[in-house]
Amino acid sequence: MTPTPNILGAGSVMLAVLKREVALGLRQKGEVLTPLVFFMVIASLFPLGVGAESGLLLRMAPGVLWVSALLAAMLSLQRMFATDYADGSLEQMVLSPTPLGLLVLAKALAHFLLSGVPLVLMAPVLGLQFGLDSRALGILMLTLLLGTPTLSLIGSIGAALTLGVRGAGVLLSLLILPLYIPVLIFGAGAVEADAAGLGFGGHVSLLSALLVLSLFFSPFATAAALRISLE
Amino acid sequence: MDTPATLTFSKLACSKGGRLLFKDVDCTLAAGHWLYIAGANGVGKTSLLRMVCGLAPVEAGQILWNHTPIGAQHDSYRQDLCYLGHLNALQESMSVQENLMFTSALGGIALDVQKAKSVLERFGLRGRSQQLVRHLSQGQKRRVALSRLALSTARLWVLDEPYVAMDEAGIQMLSDLIATHLDHGGLAVLTSHQRVPVGTHTAQLLELKAP
Amino acid sequence: MKTSVTHWFKFASPQNFYHLAGKLWPWFAALATVLCAIGLWIGFFVAPVDAQQGQGYRIIFVHVPASQMSMFIYLVMAAWAGIGLAFNTRLSGMVASALAPTGALFAFLSLLTGALWGKPMWGAWWVWDARLTSTLILLFLYLGFMALHASIDDPRRADRASAVLALVGAVNVPIIYFSVKWWNTLHQGASVSLKGSSMASTMLTGMLVMVVAFWMYAIAIALFRVRNIILDRERHTEWVKHAVA
Repeated sequence: MTPTPNILGAGSVMLAVLKREVALGLRQKGEVLTPLVFFMVIASLFPLGVGAESGLLLRMAPGVLWVSALLAAMLSLQRMFATDYADGSLEQMVLSPTPLGLLVLAKALAHFLLSGVPLVLMAPVLGLQFGLDSRALGILMLTLLLGTPTLSLIGSIGAALTLGVRGAGVLLSLLILPLYIPVLIFGAGAVEADAAGLGFGGHVSLLSALLVLSLFFSPFATAAALRISLE
Repeated sequence: MDTPATLTFSKLACSKGGRLLFKDVDCTLAAGHWLYIAGANGVGKTSLLRMVCGLAPVEAGQILWNHTPIGAQHDSYRQDLCYLGHLNALQESMSVQENLMFTSALGGIALDVQKAKSVLERFGLRGRSQQLVRHLSQGQKRRVALSRLALSTARLWVLDEPYVAMDEAGIQMLSDLIATHLDHGGLAVLTSHQRVPVGTHTAQLLELKAP
Repeated sequence: MKTSVTHWFKFASPQNFYHLAGKLWPWFAALATVLCAIGLWIGFFVAPVDAQQGQGYRIIFVHVPASQMSMFIYLVMAAWAGIGLAFNTRLSGMVASALAPTGALFAFLSLLTGALWGKPMWGAWWVWDARLTSTLILLFLYLGFMALHASIDDPRRADRASAVLALVGAVNVPIIYFSVKWWNTLHQGASVSLKGSSMASTMLTGMLVMVVAFWMYAIAIALFRVRNIILDRERHTEWVKHAVA
């Protein structure tokens, strides 16, 4: 007789989901690298568009890098559920005795590891192109580190809602970009606040609060959206 | 083994896209028996199976597992359920063994690698456990999906046209598999366009008709 | 007591609600017209000239009520959507869909009147004021809701998916508003409002009348729209075939 899953059992299942996602990501390197390249390209478009005057670049750097990171993170959101939906694995996840919210959490964490972390690591390189000093770069990395998991979590809701829908890619962007705005405001604002002498502590606390909120609430919404998409 | 399980449909109705597909479907399936759902194309056989899994919403009526509505049971019901639909639920970029390990974990059990190898051998997939699913033929992929079934400890099997894309040997393997499952007190619900006998177990027939 | 509760539940059926809405909406429309006339009369003729902004401020009588209604309607829409998800009722989803375009319209109206106000005040058609920016984001949330609903073919699934979106949006609205306010104060942005001048009581009365007028309009148009949605969704049923014939 199979034992009912205890807390440890649920953790092992989440780990299995996480390992599978990461292994798949590493095998399909192209899918993981493309958003990173996209990040670099968008960030480079801004100086080309507004001119390379160093004062201007320095001022717009946090905002530009944050917007570029946000868009790049959003690019890879669709792969969170689309392949599994197409081959039937998603149904099996929904039918798992382990609560769907936990499996979704594992998937969002995997998305953060595969797309968020590379962005965090790439950001200082791009930041140098904009003339940010090492303190600003550090703050930028910290805000991205706290913000990108939130983007993955909120994004998972959008990815689940638009499964199998016409024009899913663009629709996904329309749905979640408004929800990303608070993360953008606090993330990008930290560097500027620090430069103005106001300190970045407030922004970092708010980003952490957003992360905690989305950790608790988005799995529910995503699980509900997945069930609706599979009806 | 604890008390024998039962699956009951009580005045079940289903609608899709605003149209009522069927209504007032009643049925009771006891342990060790299998239910064959028959009906014309589009009458709602797949919808009924998905309702049993809890994937599709119920328009009216109830589905009871061990006399308790499945809506009230959540995790414990899904523990007892194994679903094989039209799709194989296999990730193409991963090996056969990795896939079986994952689906096993989803079911809450760690995969016994030796047992998996013997099941694969039984289904004619010896030595293919490290092969990527992408490199298998359609029939072989289907057999991997069947291995998932063989490795599951669920008491209720819900199978949607499981004989599709299988050769004669495969069909025989599957029907033997279901027969063994029923011998151990399991239940099975399936649809198929082919009437395949399952060992010595006679099918309980449920005919779906449009209202 | 029990009979009155079951009496109200009968209106949860689309057919009964269709007839109820048919009787009610002309009254709300009439109320809306009357109140709007009164409100605009107060706003444009009775209220005194503002000390700092002259006559131009009068657009506030449309701008602020529109802004408030757009936020209020979003919450009502999310509430109906939530009820539909929780109790699996068909009508709730239809009401939510009926409310969305009106909410979006009010958001747009608020932005338009904000621009008309901002131009004489700041010389620009758009300023990144906290309220205007939040209303812009609210408009995006409305458009997202309507776009998601339109892109899913099965009406039931469309209702439920957009319901989840509406609820997620409703939770985010205060967060977005707060973050935009923070952003605005940090950047010392422009403000489209009557800050610095006290509000005469006639101004408040005028705005209140307009808020109620818009509210009545919203109910009237939502009832009207939901009738059409009911006819469309239930077109397979007998009573609709009779009603349309």
